[in-house]
Amino acid sequence: MSKSYDAIVIGGGHNGLINAAYLARAGKKVLVLERRHLVGGAAVTEEIFPGFKFSEFSYVVSLLRPEIIRELELPKHGLEILPLPSTFTPLENGDYIAFWDDHEETRKEIYRHSPRDADAYDEYGRLMYHIAKAVRPILSMIPGDPTSLSPRDLKSLLQLGRHMQNLGEERFYDLYKLMTSSSADYLDEWFETDGLKGTKAASGIIGTFLGPRSPGTAYVLLHHYMGEIDGAFRAWGFAKGGTGGISEALANAARAQGAEIRCNAPVAHILVKNGRAVGVALDNGDELYANTIVSSLDPKRTFLKLIAEQELPSDFVHDIRRYKTRGSSGKVNLALDGLPKFTAMADAVRMSALRGAISISPSVEHLERAYDDAKYGNFSRRPYMDMIIPSLIDPGMAPPGKHVASIFVQYAPYTLNGGWNPSTSSGQASPREAFGDAVINTLAEFAPNIKDIILYRQVLTPWDVEQITGLTEGNIFAGELALHQLFFLRPSPQWANYRTPVKNLYQCGSGTHPGGGIMGAGGRLAAMEILKHGAG
Amino acid sequence: MLQGTPFHPRTAALCQGRNWRRWSKYVVAGSYELSPEREYWAIRNSAALLDVTPLYKYLFSGRDAARVVNRIVTRNVEKCAVHQVMYTPWCNEHGQVLDDGTVARLDENVFRVTSADPNYRWFCENAYGFDVHLQDVSDTTAALALQGPLSREILKQSADANLDALGYFRLTPARLRNIRVTISRTGYTGDLGYEIWCEAQDALALWDTLMEVGDAYGITPTGILALDMARIEAGLILIDKENFVGKRALVQEKQRGFEWQFMGLDVEWESLEEIYARKGLHPQLPMTAWRASTPLYVENKQVGYASSGVWSPLLKKYIALAHLRKPHFEPGYWVDMEVTVEHERQTARARVVKLPFLELERKRK
Ligand SMILES: Cc1cc2nc3c(=O)[nH]c(=O)nc-3n(C[C@H](O)[C@H](O)[C@H](O)COP(=O)(O)OP(=O)(O)OC[C@H]3O[C@@H](n4cnc5c(N)ncnc54)[C@H](O)[C@@H]3O)c2cc1C
Repeated sequence: MSKSYDAIVIGGGHNGLINAAYLARAGKKVLVLERRHLVGGAAVTEEIFPGFKFSEFSYVVSLLRPEIIRELELPKHGLEILPLPSTFTPLENGDYIAFWDDHEETRKEIYRHSPRDADAYDEYGRLMYHIAKAVRPILSMIPGDPTSLSPRDLKSLLQLGRHMQNLGEERFYDLYKLMTSSSADYLDEWFETDGLKGTKAASGIIGTFLGPRSPGTAYVLLHHYMGEIDGAFRAWGFAKGGTGGISEALANAARAQGAEIRCNAPVAHILVKNGRAVGVALDNGDELYANTIVSSLDPKRTFLKLIAEQELPSDFVHDIRRYKTRGSSGKVNLALDGLPKFTAMADAVRMSALRGAISISPSVEHLERAYDDAKYGNFSRRPYMDMIIPSLIDPGMAPPGKHVASIFVQYAPYTLNGGWNPSTSSGQASPREAFGDAVINTLAEFAPNIKDIILYRQVLTPWDVEQITGLTEGNIFAGELALHQLFFLRPSPQWANYRTPVKNLYQCGSGTHPGGGIMGAGGRLAAMEILKHGAG
Repeated sequence: MLQGTPFHPRTAALCQGRNWRRWSKYVVAGSYELSPEREYWAIRNSAALLDVTPLYKYLFSGRDAARVVNRIVTRNVEKCAVHQVMYTPWCNEHGQVLDDGTVARLDENVFRVTSADPNYRWFCENAYGFDVHLQDVSDTTAALALQGPLSREILKQSADANLDALGYFRLTPARLRNIRVTISRTGYTGDLGYEIWCEAQDALALWDTLMEVGDAYGITPTGILALDMARIEAGLILIDKENFVGKRALVQEKQRGFEWQFMGLDVEWESLEEIYARKGLHPQLPMTAWRASTPLYVENKQVGYASSGVWSPLLKKYIALAHLRKPHFEPGYWVDMEVTVEHERQTARARVVKLPFLELERKRK
């Protein structure tokens, strides 16, 4: 068992796999250790109910970096990303607002609600596109330390400055506003239609413990337009076979480069000798050694669970403790006997609407009220939901004629009043099932037949997310995407460049720049950094 | 005015963008939705239903049918078993390709030949003096292509034939519900797929049955824009045999070494990025296939042309089909392909590759 590796990657989520693939591609002998029986982490497909495949956690690809698709030749290894062409929002008054992939169709639809908004929508889109274009290169850049005078850090900051300059003064102010406003305020400057603002604002709260009226939520609005720039690569869509399809393709790519992947291999702790990481110890007591250790776990798990505190500087430990990972999202996956009938869906748009995303975000107020519940430690009684029906996009997800639905839900606070698992003797109904009921009841307001067609329901709370994937507090992005936790601050100042206070220990997960979501940038950039500086 | 095919009453109701394309004397849907993307993915991911009626269709029957067909096409039809289908080009006496299509042996002495262009006169001339009856059945035979990984499941649910036993490029007579059809395992997509042939009067019933049964399998009415994308990914095939019109000319050319070869091009992403970046743009990619002859250069000298190209959503590559002059057609060689960026001619580097771009196991399995 004393076989030695150049690098050991802890965690076989998409970032760990990408990291391993790049290291192996550079000729390194790499081992990936995954705790569960399958790779993918928060990007897995599992047949929870016989014949029905659930994208258990993450369900759409948002920003998978095109350079990764290209460099690792993912299509050759099975990656297929299918279009998810629309977003449909049923409204409280029985009407709907929809956003189609055809520009004119969307314009026509918004015009129906407000001619003014239809024009504003185009202008808004142009502005977002330009800002996204300026900001986007940051996603492929290793953050420098702004307080350091090392040429490397300065260069990276200058690069950043240069991209910002390209924006021009006026757009720079808009970027500034985006960074500091609430999405509700920012959208109010542009639009008057409730359903439009609600649906746009929703993208700003995903994965945060903030409401649409909380400052800092506007920035996330940008992320959607970044995907648009990479349009042809389809950085945005639904992966064939569910989200696990991406992880499978990545694992194939990593193996093709010679990486070894071991499942059912939980790491108990990282072995540190004289301030250097030298290997890992598994739960079963086995010790494995390597010159470089890379953790793809979130910063809290890596530094507070896998390393003895005395190995780390105390201010760093403080930073990591303060690093915010409040979980706020849940997931409900359904096996369905048929298709839901949304009362608002006119026949003419029904099938195309069902093939896209269905957003329960009729107004900003709906979202803010959902947040109000969570603020005081309850799950939302009428939550915000983002639903897709994967079996309509990839028929292989369910038996013929049957369907699966993937429902992302906010808010469900990790620290629920009374806890998610009160002792059964208390006689209280299970909060998990009560949360599931709130989701289905809210959905039934818009699609009354939903209750009749459910064959099986899987309810996942942030507590479950933590149990299964290891994401601390169930935070979907391994740390909130708030401004104080981005770029050179992620996860901690000075240590945003994938290195850590422990020599030869690197991090590459969603808790590093540029953050969460199925993006893979952390995994790739960390590999670059290791190859440039690491012992290897 | 161009006419609709026998499926027109159904296809017209579905064609949202009124995006009609002409194909021979008919109009067919370019794409049913405003963008062909979902239809393209149906070919690769579920099942696409295409109206291919506009193909020209000829029936050869009689004692000499095999001899006549064999004289015309370049492949050896004697080797074509009953219920087998062959894809083949045919040439004039100079060895120049006139057209290509499929030859289906429906019975010992009955062949159905399909083609892109009208060939009645050419076929008649070559049949002169033989014991063969030649019929143009283009208008009386309707045809649908059902292409994609779930196409077999749909047919198994609706037809009485043993589709698991039906090999690649084989056909079988069948009844689909009550409709008499022939099902051939053919198509122009490079994927698992079938073509279903019926009498024109049964066309609507055939369409309705397939749509109904296919619903649970994601069946998607698909236009010819998506077909064109899949066709490029699938590349093309060429083979030879003993005696046929134009053989002598072809053999001579082969002895000299082919002057031209038909190859694939893989347009390099980095170089596209570079020529667009000079104009402050991100690469603009052809999301539907283009078919304009496009010059290819090596060191500023033209060495051939690309005949069509497309951004392949599956491979996530810009691919093109090219005719290249000796010696530039070797796989691994590089050429420069003309690309117009903001009204200016630029070139992007492209690597010569073997065809097809996409070889799917399920196509033959
Ligand atoms: C409910 C939910 C919905 C989401 N929806 C989307 C979405 O639609 N689109 C999107 O882009 N993003 C979404 N996300 C976010 C996205 O899935 C994550 O940001 C991303 O998958 C994280 O990838 P990662 O590789 O950094 O970490 P992870 O996927 O968390 O991978 C870490 C891996 O490490 C393993 N591990 C943990 N501890 C150990 C140990 N001690 N030893 C060995 N292995 C260990 C885990 O089992 C896991 O496989 C969602 C997340 C959740 C939870």
